[in-house]
Formats: sequence, structure tokens, C-alpha cells
Amino acid sequence: MMSSLSKKKLDIKLHPGQVIIGKWHRKSYQIVRELGFGATGTVYLADSKQGLVALKIASDSMSITSEVNVLRHFSKVQGPSLGPSFYDVDDYVANQGVYPFYVMEYINGEPFLPFLKDKGGEWLGIMVVQLLGDLHRLHQEGWIFGDLKPENLLVTRNPNRVRWLDVGGMTRVGRAIKEYTEFFDRGYWGYGGRKAEPSYDLFSVAMLMINRAYPSRFEKNTSKGPTSLISKIKAKNTLEPYETVIRRGLEGKYESAMAMRQELMSVVQNTSFTSRPKSEGNTITGKGKSVSRQARKKRNNVKEQKKPLVGLFESMLFASFLLILYILYLFGQAV
Amino acid sequence: MKKGTLRQILLLTDGCSNTGEDPIAIASLAKEEGISVNVIGIVDRQEMSERGVSEIESIAEAGGGISQVVYAKQLSQTVQMVTKKAMTQTIYGVVNKEVSQILGEEKELEDLEPEKRGQLMEVVDELGETMDLDVLILVDTSASMRNKLPMVQEALIDLSVSLRARTGSNHFALFSFPGKRKDVDKLINWSPNFDSISGAFKKMATSGVTPTGPALQEGIRIMAKRMKKKGTMDDELALEEEA
Ligand SMILES: Nc1ncnc2c1ncn2[C@@H]1O[C@H](COP(=O)(O)OP(=O)(O)O)[C@@H](O)[C@H]1O
Repeated sequence: MMSSLSKKKLDIKLHPGQVIIGKWHRKSYQIVRELGFGATGTVYLADSKQGLVALKIASDSMSITSEVNVLRHFSKVQGPSLGPSFYDVDDYVANQGVYPFYVMEYINGEPFLPFLKDKGGEWLGIMVVQLLGDLHRLHQEGWIFGDLKPENLLVTRNPNRVRWLDVGGMTRVGRAIKEYTEFFDRGYWGYGGRKAEPSYDLFSVAMLMINRAYPSRFEKNTSKGPTSLISKIKAKNTLEPYETVIRRGLEGKYESAMAMRQELMSVVQNTSFTSRPKSEGNTITGKGKSVSRQARKKRNNVKEQKKPLVGLFESMLFASFLLILYILYLFGQAV
Repeated sequence: MKKGTLRQILLLTDGCSNTGEDPIAIASLAKEEGISVNVIGIVDRQEMSERGVSEIESIAEAGGGISQVVYAKQLSQTVQMVTKKAMTQTIYGVVNKEVSQILGEEKELEDLEPEKRGQLMEVVDELGETMDLDVLILVDTSASMRNKLPMVQEALIDLSVSLRARTGSNHFALFSFPGKRKDVDKLINWSPNFDSISGAFKKMATSGVTPTGPALQEGIRIMAKRMKKKGTMDDELALEEEA
């Protein structure tokens, strides 16, 4: 965007070392550094009594208030937190005016695509499996993520875990999606409407996987005519094992995030992601049949030749998450 | 329950007005009528003149709406975002007025504790989702706009995709200015979607003048006529009940 929305108040800039005290709750935060900025405000790393936190400040209280409503909602949900935990909301009184801000958990992680960049294809699968698990819980709570894209994801370390930020797009099921980015939006690609429902997010997940193979993305129309997403998938080796899952995600064929997760898990379990020169490629992936019984058998053979133990493990732990950990371990070493 | 209708004029242009009434004055009139005016300035390779940008901002400000200057490529995402933001802003404004009435002059939502603000914001979100919306779209079709019209058409179809997902109902009408003989020409009458838009721009005459002020004036007249016909109740009252 070239110029921003007409605003009455100027954006505020906070400096490292600066101390912010909330007008209402009187809690104090010392700014460490800027973490990033987006359409609705700037996020800073800050030091507080609770330790390091992320503080988002804006000139306009509308979007801050909406985001706090969503964060608050999810801090009440049982189980591991969906998105950053919510800590505090307040106003900062500066000379130029009053600036609303909120404080949340600081997620210390690496951006999604850079994290995957030099890693084997299995990592894409694993990260998306994690993401789908979280999305499933979110959907069961009656919410849709909306603006799902790599910029809104971080991967934390030890263990590697994908986490999401920016709840600005979260929308209650059944309403109109609040915020989206064209590349990840099914409306843009003509694959459906913008009503908030699980399949909306699953389309974005599929595009997220495509984005891994096309870091600079692509547009809907080129001089050669409309872009076919399916041919884009087929054109990249990295996406080959995931072709069926991606296609079904795009087409809205999955009932739930859980169903997509299940299929993706079995792809990761049954695909050999190491050295995949073209010749070996066709024995390994039965082009989209990655979950069929036949393909599974083939894969067992391949693995048995390499490492007899794997076959044994497979029968014992099939469909169990431990196997994924095992695969992660194997390939984690190779990378 | 009837929640009333939000009314917007969406103006798409690529430059300055050069004939007729001052569009900034007319936009203020729209605001008085309870219609908000949003303006999107479209540029291609050349940047827009400072005067053009400043006029666009002033029209939106006077009209209680939102303005944005974008490249033609970003038009789709901008049009839907501006429309939705402006809806929220209008509702927020009404709720804010309520707050000042309850809390006293010069008090605003910002003077409420963040917790209460959050509850009010839920109401604003709810209304934004469920209120009916009328958008009158005025497209500048002066000669320099010719090559941008395909993008405009795509953005309007995209807008209709976005709004169709809402619970409340939507109606659009599409006008171009300057018209063949008059200041504005009707391309599409009030309709719930833009299915009929393909080809609508073909009928248009392109000329060198940009009568933005007169076009806005005509836009307000058309909206006012529709309001009378529908005989809707006072929206602000409806909002009061809700809040
Ligand atoms: N909780 C957090 N922990 C760590 N970094 C964060 C956190 N929240 C935001 N950020 C950083 O700030 C950037 C902008 O924040 P975001 O909420 O996405 O802004 P916006 O919604 O305005 O686009 C993010 O891309 C991320 O790098």
C-alpha cells in the first residue's frame, strides 16, 4: 500500500530502554527492541515482572481491542495455548496522545519459511501436521484462523514446534473472514467464498505448502493465461509426495483439519525423503497414491532393503506419533 | 430484528476533479445525510500528483470515510478492506457518540477501561456482520482510467465475494462519471451481487473531464431516493437499542 489509511494520530515509536507504564493497571514494561510491525501496529520485545513479553502498540484502539478480545478468549481455553498467551491490556499516555497496547507471550522462534529452507521435505510435513492439530482445536472452539500465512507462523526450538501469531484474522465460524492475504485466500483463486469455515483454513494450509516451493509466490493471471494451481504443484519435486493432500486441501475435500492431518501423517510416514533423484523417485512415490495400501507396501520394501529394523518398527508403531519422532530423528541427523 | 442499513459511496478515481462543484464540500453533505464516502486513488507507473492525493484524502475525511492510494494490482484487496473498515468505523463512531452521551462531553471510548471497551467492540463486530449494507460505486471513466478498468471490474467482483459472506444483506449500484450526456451514467441498478458486471464497462464513454463533485452530488441523490423508497427507520436509533 502506498499511503496508509487516513489517521488522526501519528504512529508512536518506542525506544530501547524506554519504560511504559499502563494508565489503568499501572504495570511497567521496559522496551528491549522492536520485533516487527504490521498493518495494525508495532510489536516490541519488552522486559517485565513476568520476564520477556511481546508488547503491541497502535494509534487506533479498534483493532487492538478486537485482537485482545480474541486473545482473551483463547487464554481461557484448556490445553496448550492456541496462539500467544494473553497477559495485559492498557493505555500508554504519551505527549502526543493516548496509545492503546496489549501484552502477550513472547514467542522466540524462527520464521516459518526460512526455517524450512535448507531442510528436507519431511520437515514441511511435520510442521504442517502440528499446525493442523492446532487448527483442529481452534475449529472445535468455533473459530477460523483466517489470515493463515508463513509470516504469521514461528517455529520455536527444542523441540521444534510451530506456533502462530497475529490473531487479527480470527473469525467466528459462519461469519465473513475478517482479514486475509490474496495468495492464501480461496476467494482470490476462485475456489470458494469467504465464509469462515474449516475448509477456508485448510485451503490456506495447502497454499502454505505450495509457498514452500515458491518462496516468492505467483499471481493468478499471467500473460500466458490463468495460473493452474495443480500444475504448479506438479512442477515441483518438493511437493510431489504431498500432491494429493494439497489438492484435496485446495478443493475443500477434507471434513476437518484432523482428516487432513491424518492423511498428511501417513504421507510423512510412508515417504522416503532423502536422496530422491528422478529414477528412484517413481518407486518411492506412487504419484498421489501415497496413502494407498499398495504404495505403503512398496515403501516397506524399499526401507527393508535399507534397514530391516524399520519394517519391524512400522508394524509395531504404525499410525503412532512415535514413528514420526523416529523419522524426524533419522532425517534430523542426515540434514 | 431490524438493525438498519449502512450506506456508503465508494469513489474510484485516478486524479483530480476538474469541473463542477468542489467534491470536498459535497462529501461533507453526504456525511450529513448519514452516508460515508470512501475514496480509492488508483495509480499505475506514474505516481499520483500531490494535489490528487490530497483531494482524495480530503474527500474521505469530509465524508467520514476512508481513503487509500494504491497500484491497480492491489485494487481487489484494498477495495474490500476499505469497505469493511469503513463499516466498522461508522458503527464505532455511533457507539462512540453513545458513550459521550452516557459519560459526558469529550469522553470517548478511549476513556473507558480496556475491559469495557472490549465488550463494546464485540457489539461493533456483531453489527458489522449483521447490518445491511448499501454501496453506491462511482467509477471515474475519464480517458486515463481506460486501461485500469479491467482491474476495477475484477476488484468489484471480489468485493461482492467478500460481502456475500456476511450475514447481513448487501446491495450495490454502479455508476460511471463523466456520463455520455449527463455527469453520471447508470451501469448497474441496485442488485445484491455483481454477476452482471462483465461488459458493463464496455458501454462507457471516456472523456477528458473529471466531474467528481457533480458525480458525488448525483450519488447522494440516488441514495436518498432509495432511502425514501425503502422507508427505513432511523439507523442511529436502531444502533442505540443494540448498544
Ligand atoms: N507474540 C510475539 N512473539 C514474537 N514476535 C511477535 C509476536 N507478535 C508479533 N511478533 C512479530 O511482530 C510482527 C508483526 O506482528 P503482527 O501481529 O503480525 O502485526 P499485524 O497484525 O499488525 O500485521 C510479526 O511478524 C512478528 O515478527
